[in-house]
Amino acid sequence: MKLISEKQPLLILRKNKLKFSVTITLKKDVLDPQGKVVQNTLQNLGMDNLKNIRQGKYFEIDLDDNDQNEAKKKVDDMCKKLLANLIIEDYKVEKI
Amino acid sequence: MKSSVIVFPGSNCDRDISVALEKMQFKNQMVWHKESKLPKSDLIVVPGGFSYGDYLRSGAIAGKSIIINEVIKAANDGCLVLGICNGFQILTETGLLKGVLLRNENLKFINKDINIKVMNNETNFSKKYKKNEILKINIAHNEGNYFTNKEHLNELNEKNLIAFKYCNDEGDVNEKYNPNGSLENIAGIYNSKKNILGMMPHPERMVDKLISNTDGVNLFSSLLN
Repeated sequence: MKLISEKQPLLILRKNKLKFSVTITLKKDVLDPQGKVVQNTLQNLGMDNLKNIRQGKYFEIDLDDNDQNEAKKKVDDMCKKLLANLIIEDYKVEKI
Repeated sequence: MKSSVIVFPGSNCDRDISVALEKMQFKNQMVWHKESKLPKSDLIVVPGGFSYGDYLRSGAIAGKSIIINEVIKAANDGCLVLGICNGFQILTETGLLKGVLLRNENLKFINKDINIKVMNNETNFSKKYKKNEILKINIAHNEGNYFTNKEHLNELNEKNLIAFKYCNDEGDVNEKYNPNGSLENIAGIYNSKKNILGMMPHPERMVDKLISNTDGVNLFSSLLN
């Protein structure tokens, strides 16, 4: 019994993959106590010219999609539905 | 009166609330989050705990679970819904209650008995309390710092939708007696129809003199009438 067809290509063509990054940050007027503590600690370490630090979240998302615009819309939808809480957070989607 | 307690992976106050409800003569059922049908209930409780390990944001994953769609439908049909602690966080993530619960301002997990003031005693959840009554209730949370936008805060005040505020023994509400940085010392809120209550303090822990006090009893007896 032949397990592999003779015509099978050596390399299986990869599906088109698109990769996006999502950065989520707290809105400007929302207090960020974690960022503040990180900032204070760095200042204690002697980083005198440090002005401000805001802490956020970062996601890398792979999609099986050919159409970049469509894919970006889907990632946008993911942010709105789950990844970000729009009351307190802003998000930024970028193709990587 | 029939009640349902929704159970998520990581819920840890589900047994406490069930014991409290049964003590108060509710016919209670536990409902696993993967169920797609909710038993007929007069009251749905979303209990405290750390659903899904607080991944992403407290309550965010539980807020998208299968059973939540049924909870939303029932709530929109007027069913009474009580969210305690993580349950309150879950209700804000579903949109049933507006606003959000941020990390405590001092970045510490706070577990202590604090005073709260009954701001509205004319709801299904609070009619057995006196107005401005001071209750000693336990809080145990890391994200209890309530935040909402200005329009909604105005609505909460104008329509009397603030359920409880943190205060001192005498009932003074000010920043000094605010354990977590919550906006205007808010400890609990109602939706505009007042059939949904979300609160950070744990009334289910205050129903037996043997282990604490009985300041939570009237919340459940209000619901029974």
